[in-house]
Parts: sequence; structure tokens; C-alpha cells
Amino acid sequence: MLLTVTDLRKSYATADGSFDVLRGVDMGLDAGETLALTGESGSGKSTLLHLVGGLDAPDSGQIVVDGTALTGLDDRGRAKLRRETVGVVFQQFNLIPSLRVADNIAFQARLAGRHDPAWCAVLADRIGLTPQLRKYPEQLSGGQQQRVAIARTLAPRPKLVLADEPTGNLDEATAAAVLALMLELVRDTGAGLLMVTHSNKLAGLMQRRLHLASGQIA
Amino acid sequence: MTRAVFQALLSHWCRNPLQLFTLLAGLALATALWSGVQAINAEAQASYDAAAATLGEGTFDQLSRRDGQPISLATYINLRRAGWLVSPVIEGRLEGVRLVGFDPLTAPNGLGPVKVTDSLDINAFFTGRGQIFGRSATLAGLPDVADKVPATDVAPGTVITDIGVAQRLLDRSGQIDRLIVTSQQPKGQRPLAEIAPELTRRVAQGGSDVGRLTDSFHLNLTAFGLLSFAVGIFIVHGAIGLAFEQRRPVVRTLRALGVPLQRLMLLMAIELAGMALIAGALGVMLGYIIASQLLPDVAATLRGLYGAEVAGTLQLRPVWWLSGLAIALGGTAMAATTAFLRLARMPLLAGASKRALSMAAGAAARAQGILAAILLSFAAVLAIVADGLVAGFALLAALLIGAALGLPLLLDRALSVCERMARGVRAQWFWADTRQQLPGLSLALAALLLAMAANVGVTTMVSSFRLTFTGFLDQRLSSELYVTAESPEQAAAIVDFVTPQVRSVLPIQSVAAQVAGLKTEVFGARDDATYRDNWKFLTAVSAPWDKVAAGTAILINEQLARRSGLELGDSVTLDSRNFTIAGVYGDYGNPIGQAIITESAFKSLYPNIAALRFGLRLPAEAVPALVQSLEDDLNLPPANTINQAGIKAFSLAIFDRTFTVTTALNVLTLSVAGFAILMSLLTLAALRVPQLAPAWAMGMTRRSLGGLEMVRTVLLASLTALVALPLGLLLAWALLAIVNVAAFGWRLPMFLFPLDYLRLVGFALAAAVLAALWPAWRLARTPPGDLLKVFSNER
Repeated sequence: MLLTVTDLRKSYATADGSFDVLRGVDMGLDAGETLALTGESGSGKSTLLHLVGGLDAPDSGQIVVDGTALTGLDDRGRAKLRRETVGVVFQQFNLIPSLRVADNIAFQARLAGRHDPAWCAVLADRIGLTPQLRKYPEQLSGGQQQRVAIARTLAPRPKLVLADEPTGNLDEATAAAVLALMLELVRDTGAGLLMVTHSNKLAGLMQRRLHLASGQIA
Repeated sequence: MTRAVFQALLSHWCRNPLQLFTLLAGLALATALWSGVQAINAEAQASYDAAAATLGEGTFDQLSRRDGQPISLATYINLRRAGWLVSPVIEGRLEGVRLVGFDPLTAPNGLGPVKVTDSLDINAFFTGRGQIFGRSATLAGLPDVADKVPATDVAPGTVITDIGVAQRLLDRSGQIDRLIVTSQQPKGQRPLAEIAPELTRRVAQGGSDVGRLTDSFHLNLTAFGLLSFAVGIFIVHGAIGLAFEQRRPVVRTLRALGVPLQRLMLLMAIELAGMALIAGALGVMLGYIIASQLLPDVAATLRGLYGAEVAGTLQLRPVWWLSGLAIALGGTAMAATTAFLRLARMPLLAGASKRALSMAAGAAARAQGILAAILLSFAAVLAIVADGLVAGFALLAALLIGAALGLPLLLDRALSVCERMARGVRAQWFWADTRQQLPGLSLALAALLLAMAANVGVTTMVSSFRLTFTGFLDQRLSSELYVTAESPEQAAAIVDFVTPQVRSVLPIQSVAAQVAGLKTEVFGARDDATYRDNWKFLTAVSAPWDKVAAGTAILINEQLARRSGLELGDSVTLDSRNFTIAGVYGDYGNPIGQAIITESAFKSLYPNIAALRFGLRLPAEAVPALVQSLEDDLNLPPANTINQAGIKAFSLAIFDRTFTVTTALNVLTLSVAGFAILMSLLTLAALRVPQLAPAWAMGMTRRSLGGLEMVRTVLLASLTALVALPLGLLLAWALLAIVNVAAFGWRLPMFLFPLDYLRLVGFALAAAVLAALWPAWRLARTPPGDLLKVFSNER
């Protein structure tokens, strides 16, 4: 099992007191598997993704990614996991605006110490942006920027790819094209994919789907 | 990982070269002004140290004759035989250069360029024609009378040689001017009064007299340097703050991609330190240029005011270029502290939307307001109780920092009132938008406030000083002609010659004495209507000149009164004769105490002092003829006569040179503030597009938006000027009433110069217009595509 989540709990302090976002979530993901996580706004799906990606720490419960228990890691250890094992595709793209497209694609692979220029060139070709490699992100459309973000995530060949509403900022046609590309590339790299979405149509393209309601798997 | 992160961080500057320029230029300017002033101070200090080392001044006690005449060789031998470890010194002028002769065999260790242990050197020093040590520039002005040896540690304008050589060159064989008393003396010596009662011992004060006298001048320079540095740091703070704000999403992305926070902060600190070093190096170079331009004026000032010789050329001293780099690093660290604290506290998953600079946190604004109120209250308390230089500068600092912190809040309130009073929708939007810009511009406006206030304050001080000084010269220089004799015999001949031709002859005779334990120059004044009619007293008993003429009273200058605490009616002893203080007079520009007694009392106390200078009262139109006849009949050189207008012009020239440096620093500080506004506007320009796009979309033209941007800048600069004027006047009051009194010992009356202030406001507004011109022009030409992008969903 690439990812195992056991009895995961997380709450936030609000003006009205403590709010339980996740109330004992259990789930798993195999290597090479694609899984959609759906749910209403506020159901806790993004929080679950953030916890799995080591972007936040749970109150209790267990997360094991590729044999490593995240709950025992400090900030530095979680940063290492994000760098080397997990790749995250954000809704807002989060490219580095001052770096060119080529540098953005290679960036995370360089952080992980696994930069492979040939593989980056293949990725650039697959996302159809080879002619745009010298451009800056602001010179690209939203769909092109998200394709760069996907290539950046896959460049270090992560074992687990997490995607948080990756097509939420794109129109329907572009969203479909981008998602198809992401699935194709993930399949080629053999990584597991956990994608948060509120679109049933997109969730239907994944091998498996889990629905989160009121902080629990429904 | 490190390389990739560095590339990502540095790429920000490549994409934002203007921001990089702002940061580097701000820091370089701040460092330049600071290190320029430090360079001047270091050069002057080195000159004082060299002077002290040359003359043993301030380090060793000195013996000299009470009447100022040379000490005889016999007296010196008697003292040595009695066990006194003293070393002879002779001084004189050779071709205008100060020649100091000393005896290396008896001089205390460390004094002079050669020591008895340097056997080779000392042989050359004594034998043959002898050696003369001095700076190359000074040696070049001497005839070929001895072997010249360049030495950089000798004071400027001075050369040192063996006492025998000096006596020969000065044609004063067997004479000694003073004796240096070495620190270690054998026990059981016979008292000085027994061996040589005609000698007096001057106790070393520790450090050079010149150094102490000029301390306040250098402190003023340092304060100005610090002010300029503070203005520069405002720019740096703004640039770093903006850069960190803009990079906030990138930092979050980097962390999300797996860069640990600690590593990220370390790399950002290294990045800033690198920039600080580059900017610091540029600043030190710029500072060197500024210092080398200003140093000749500073040297002239110190020579004119204090008689201190300072080299007019600058040497590269490690102490100041290292301190320049250190201050650049320290300033950057100071300016970046807030940004780093924010970064450290920034949660990884905070909302990704850009935080507009205009959204000032309410809590931070309240804290700033409270701090401003505390500082201004502290300044108010200090204004009442402050006494002394440190308290005076603390008052200035509290006043300036408090005002700078309070300015944004004050402007916000003013704009809020304008917003409420606005009628039209466009006006309402304008005021609201201006308020929104305030946080982004507040640092630049605070810099402008400080620069303008400093300008108003210093202008008021200098102009008040000049006005008072001119009046003082009119009072003091009431004689139409001043004549200097070269010997007592020539003085007597001059008096005989001129007496039938003039209304009165006023001898100018003085002696160095101690009054209330302070070094004081005592004058013996002739009872004459000139003094009675022209002199104005700060405070006096009735008919003070009558009491002086009676030989029972003394007049003292303000600095002596303040330093000794002497008041009217107090008794003063001069060589065991008592005088009552009958008046205190202003004596501007004089660093030491001064006292006046009547001529007859002076002659009975100091019978050996003969007047060599005289003031002559005669009709102004008769002056040229008298000068001509003095030259023709008495062979008096033209240089020995000077008319009133000449002295006044000379004194005012010295005065004006004194403040050339201040004026230059004033202009530089104002320029830096103008630069701060320009850079703030340019760096904010990118943030402005999303704020202005809706107004454009709703029907305002780009041209009118650009025009309003210009109006806004001028308006904010005008409001700042309104605050700067009273602040500057408070600053002037503090300078005149507290700092000046502590530094120089006299208080100047404060005058107001409305036209000067109006001109300054004009300059400041012109600087603001110039600063706003380019950003407004750029805004007016923003491509519609850029404005449209704001509404694009894909962004």
C-alpha cells in the first residue's frame, strides 16, 4: 500500500469554538492507483489532502506514505517528504513567476536532487509547451500554466501525486484536456494519484472514488 | 536544493530590476552619507592624534613661563639638576609652517618620530644638517634647510626636528618655549616654585584640547550622517518590505514543494547580506567621493573656528570603510527584521491571495500611534528638563522618530476628513484611493518629513546664527582700522605716530589665564566711548563700564559664565586680585572663556605684556590715507593693517565655510528623500493596476488616472510639508536652546525666516512632482491589455 490513513482527526479553532473538520478518516491508496476524493465545500477533502501531503499536521491518527509515518516527522522531515516522495498540483498553479517555463518544470526535480533534463524535455513535449519554454508564467494562459505545474510535479517522478481541484480555475474544455494529460502522465510514471474534486464528471475518470461528508468517509 | 532555491530567489530581482535598484541605491546612499561623515571624522581625529603626539599636548603636563616669554637654558638645567624629568620644546614658524623642535634623548617614550632605541635613525637625526619630519605636502613648502623625511603620523602643517636644528632655523639659539614633564618623576623633588618661580605648570587634561573643542562639531556631523542614514534605511525598509510581500506566494510555493523554512530564511538572509555588501561597497566608494569633496571645507572650518589643523586630503583608512560595510549590513538587518519576523510566522497554508500593502493591520497602526505618542511625550518632558549634549540629542531623536511614526496616522485622519467632506463621486473615490495608498507611501513620506524638518531646523539655526553673528561683529568691530606691530618698539612708534591723527587708540592686549579653574583669555580694555556705546550685554549691573574703569569689576563672556556657573555680583580672582562681575556678554564663535578688565588693572597684573595690536577710531574716509602713511613713514607692511570691512568679510567668510558642510548634507538628505518618493511610487506602480483597473473600466481615462496620481503625490507631499514646518521649528529650538548651549556654551536667539521656508516647501514639492512624473506618465500609458488582465478569470 502506497498510502494508508488511519483514524485521522483534525479540528480548527473558530470564533464559535472548535470545529472538527476530519472525524476519524480511514483510507488507502495503492501504487499506480487513481482515486478521486469528492465532497461538498467544507467537507474536509482539502484538509485531508494537505495532511497527506505533509503540508499540515493532524491532531491524531496515522498517515503512512511509502512506509514513512508522517505523524512522527517534524517540519524538516515533512519538507523532505514533500520534496522527494509526494508531488502536489494546486488549484492556483503556484508557479514561480520570476522563473521561465523550463526552469519551473525542472524546479522540483532539482530540489529533490533528481533532475533529469531528458525527462524534463519529454514532459515539456508531452504538455505541448516546448515552444514556450523561454516564456514566463504570466505570458501563458491558465490551462498552459496548469500544464506546467503538472510537469513540474512529475519531473522528480514522485511516488504519490496529490491534486487539489487542479482544474478548478479552468473552463470545461481546457479542464478535460488538462486532466486527461495528467492521468496519462501519472499512469506512465506509475505514481499513485489522489485528486480532490467536486466534479462528479471528473471523478468518474478515476479508478476509484471516495466521498467525504462531515469529516468522515461516507 | 540550495542552488535551485537561490536561483528562484534571485530570479525575482532579475524580473524586478527597479526594485533591486531601489534596494541597492537606497542602501548605497545611506552608507555613502554615513561613511562620508565618518571618513571626515576619522581624518580629523587622525590629525588631532598626530598633533597630540607631536606636541605631547593633553598627554603630559607642561611647564611654561607665566609671562609667555621663552624659558632660559639655565632654568632648564636647574630643573634637571633638581631631579625634574623634563624635556625641552621650541616652536616657531618657518615659511608659514609650524616647526617643532624637541629633544629625543629626554622626551618621554613614544613622543616624536625617532626614539633613542632607533640608533641608526637617531644618528641621522642629530648629525649633519639634521632631519625634518613631516607630511610630504608640508615638507614641500619648506626651503632646503635640512634632510626632509616624509612621515604621515605628523600633524598637518607641522614639521618636527631636533631642538638644536630648530633653534638654528628659527634663529633662537638657547631658547626653550616649554618643558614637557614626563609621567614618572622621582620622589622628593624640590617644588617648582623654589627652583623656577616664573614657571607655571599646566596639567594634562587627557586627550588633546583640540580634540575636545571639536568634539561637538564632529558630533553634529555624526548626527547629520545618522539622520541621512535613517532616511536611506527608510528606502531600504520599503524596498525589502515590498519585495517580501511580492514574494510571499513564492515563499509559500517553495515551502509546499519541500524547502524547509529555516533553510529558506537562511538563504534569504544570505541573499540580502550579499546585496548589503555590494551596496555597502558602492556606498563606501560614494562616501569617499563625498568626503573628499567636503573635507577641504571641513578643514577650513576647523582651522577657522578652533585653530585645529586637519589634512585637506583624505586617506583610505580601514576603520571607516570597514565601518561603512558594517553599517550597511547592520542597516539591512534592521530594515529586514520585520519582514523576516512576518516570514517566520507566516503559515504554510494561508490564503494565497496577494496581500495588498494598503491593508494596514489595525493593531499595528494602534501600536504605532501609541509609540509615537510616548516618544513625543518623552520629547516634551526632555524639552523642559534636558540639560547637556546627550539629553539634547535624545530630545531630537525622540521628536523626529515620534513625528515620523505619527505622520501616517495624522495623514490618514486628514484624508478621512476630506473623504467625508467630498461631494462628487470622483472626489470620494480619489480620497478613498489616496487613503489606500498611504501605507505604501508612508515610509517615503516619513523620509520626506525628516529631511524637510532637518532642513527647516538647520536653516533656522544657521540663519539665526548668521544674523546674530553679523550684529555681534558690528558691535565688536567698531574700530575703523586695526594695526598690528611686530615688536613692542614698533608698537610704541605706531602709537606715537597715529595718536595725533585719530580720535582714539584702543590697545588690544590679552593674556592666557585661569578663571574659576577654566582656561580664559583676559583682556585689558581702555576706558573709551567705543565700548560704552557699542557693547550690548546679555545681563549687566547698571553702568558696568564705570565699575570696570574703577578697577573693581570684570566683564565675562557667556561661555565662561555658563561653564563656571558665575553670575553677576560674583567675585573672581585674577592673580590674587579680586574683581566683581559687572556684566556678561555674548561671544559667538569663541570656544574658550574670555574676561575684560580695565587697562590699568591689566598693566598692574601683567606688566610684561605689551599690546601689539590696536584698534584706531577715525573717520572711515581717512582710513586709506592713514594706511598709506603707516606704510610710507613707518615701513609697516600692508598685511599689518586691516580695516573693519576686511575683518568683517574675513569673519563672515569663515562663518559661511563653517556651514558649507551642513548645507551640503542638507541638500543630500532632501535628495535622498525625493529619491525615496520616486522609488516608492515606481515599486507601487505594479500594485496599482488592479486598484485602478475598475475605475478605468467604469469610464475614467488613463490620462486622467495618471493626472490624479500626480495630484495625489503633490497633495501628500504638501500635507507632509505642513507637518514638517512646525517640526523643523521645534528642531531649531532644540538645537539653539539645548544642543548649542551644551556644545558651545552660548545660546543664540531664534529668528524666523518665512521666505526660506517657502522656498524649501517649493523645493520639496518640486521634488515630489519630479518623483511622480515618471510613474504618472507610465500609468497614463498602461496598455489596456494590462488593465484587462485584472478582470481575467485565468489570473
